[in-house]
Amino acid sequence: MTPVIEVRDLRKTYGAGDTAVHALRGLDLTVRQGEYLAIMGASGSGKSTLLNILGCLDVPTSGRYLLDGIDTGDFQESQLSLLRNRKIGFVFQSFNLVPRTTALANVELPLVYAGLKKHDRRARARAALDLVGLADRETHRPNELSGGQQQRVAIARALVTSPAIVLADEPTGNLDTASSRDVLAILDRLNAAGRTVVLITHEDDVAAHAHRTVRVVDGRMAGALV
Amino acid sequence: MRVLDIAGFALRGLAANKMRSALTTLGILIGVASVILLIAVGNGASTAVQNSISGLGTNIITISPQRNAKLTAQDAKALAEADAVKHASPVSSTSATTIYGGKSYDVSQFLGTDPSYFETTNSTPAQGSLFGDDDVQRARKVVVIGATVATELFPGTDPIGKSLLVNNIPFTVTGVLASKGSSGLQDADNIAVAPLSTVQNALTGFGGLSQIVVQARSGDDVATAQAEATAILNGRHHITGTQTADYRVLSQEQLLTARTQTTETFTVLLASVAAISLLVGGIGITNIMLVTVTERIREIGIRKAVGAPRSTILGQFLVEATLLSLFGGALGVLVGVIGTRFTIAGIEPVLVPSSVLLAFAVSALIGLFFGSYPAGRAARLRPIEALRHE
Repeated sequence: MTPVIEVRDLRKTYGAGDTAVHALRGLDLTVRQGEYLAIMGASGSGKSTLLNILGCLDVPTSGRYLLDGIDTGDFQESQLSLLRNRKIGFVFQSFNLVPRTTALANVELPLVYAGLKKHDRRARARAALDLVGLADRETHRPNELSGGQQQRVAIARALVTSPAIVLADEPTGNLDTASSRDVLAILDRLNAAGRTVVLITHEDDVAAHAHRTVRVVDGRMAGALV
Repeated sequence: MRVLDIAGFALRGLAANKMRSALTTLGILIGVASVILLIAVGNGASTAVQNSISGLGTNIITISPQRNAKLTAQDAKALAEADAVKHASPVSSTSATTIYGGKSYDVSQFLGTDPSYFETTNSTPAQGSLFGDDDVQRARKVVVIGATVATELFPGTDPIGKSLLVNNIPFTVTGVLASKGSSGLQDADNIAVAPLSTVQNALTGFGGLSQIVVQARSGDDVATAQAEATAILNGRHHITGTQTADYRVLSQEQLLTARTQTTETFTVLLASVAAISLLVGGIGITNIMLVTVTERIREIGIRKAVGAPRSTILGQFLVEATLLSLFGGALGVLVGVIGTRFTIAGIEPVLVPSSVLLAFAVSALIGLFFGSYPAGRAARLRPIEALRHE
């Protein structure tokens, strides 16, 4: 079976010449369908850069990234946005909800770009909010929600298009213990339902939720731990 | 469906910054309104000029003296004999102070002429009667006054038969001319007409005439009459081949052309001032869109991260810019059209329908054109760059 994510000799360099920063220096990674993977590493190790490339938010300087066996390097901008919309759900450390917009409208956003009709959008967004336990908060704006609630809205937005992969960049990094537990419980459930989940974390107890943990050191894989 | 959603995003974007949207709209509003209004004023001015020239009469040729030359009543008589000429009225013109019952009024055109002048200039009496050839021969001190003079000197009284002091000489009012209306630049009713002989006796003396007003028999005869008049006057003034004439023959049409050119220049000037203000409004839109885009780069990043294609982002900001300018344009049209209902600096503006269309179309295009740069910049960003923007 084709791995859902396959990364070969991935390199990412910011700047050029003497001031060039090498965030990734030839990284390899394979993620199988339905896997729950935790990526750990020190600050500046390149793990966020890796996740951004996996989420098609950034492009590598060189190397190959195969998503479902297809090389994303061949993709046009329009095809990449389609990938971001349909295949990938991304959860950010800082939530990244659209300000001044209700929770429901935030969750609906990917569906708007997917071209769904208003009625279907509403129904699916409500279902997603229900899944993260925020059905009663749909008219709240981000500034009226707690950090944990905002992150749950962000997760609802990430899963509303039923993507194959959910990528989470330190999803509990800005949350208290109780909220972290809620968020991780949702991610566990998503994985149990068959989605591939890749998350970045600093904390061992968060990583413990995953089936497999990898470490990134200086832009390379340090070695797989089971 | 998709288009409506994009429009919805744009509207919410505008509503989020009401004050800023309102001020930008105001910029376009002023631009569009001034284009419409100033073109209407220019058009109104040229209409007024045309009216005042057609108020002179139909198929008219005016002959005025040049340099120190004299035109005489005999010249006028000789001109009247020409085949293509219907009438030739000598006109001696001056300004005069008129007094009646303790009230005084300065008449800007006090004319001495003969009765054919009334027919030539389409002047009819509203009250009383005009003077006749008999009055001219006997140099009777009678006068026919214009509507403005009548209302200024005789408010509430019948002026007919009253004695009026013109530069301290008593004249009897025999009639009041029907109003020709103020034609913008000059009040055609601020006039008084008396027999030529009387005016020369009492006011101007027997020097040269101010002009001779010639009426051709028909519109087709104007050119012939012009040629005949030139030939006759050349003979009488002993002007041969190489000499320049000491008088000037000008047909109404030539007069119209000359005056129209002046007002066209005026209109172009006004329109260019208006166009500049429209341009400034457009730059305002670009400025606001740049600020809006910069301020919302993170939001653009979020939208792109959840799969918004470049075209949708571009569309959203273009719609925002276009809505701003269309809304401003529509209000500007409204203000401009209402503004043309008022008299501005003595000129009644005449709305040019095409200017409304033009101003509105230009304002819409300004939105598209000036909005496309910031919108394009926003849409080209890579999601992660946009998300990292602070």
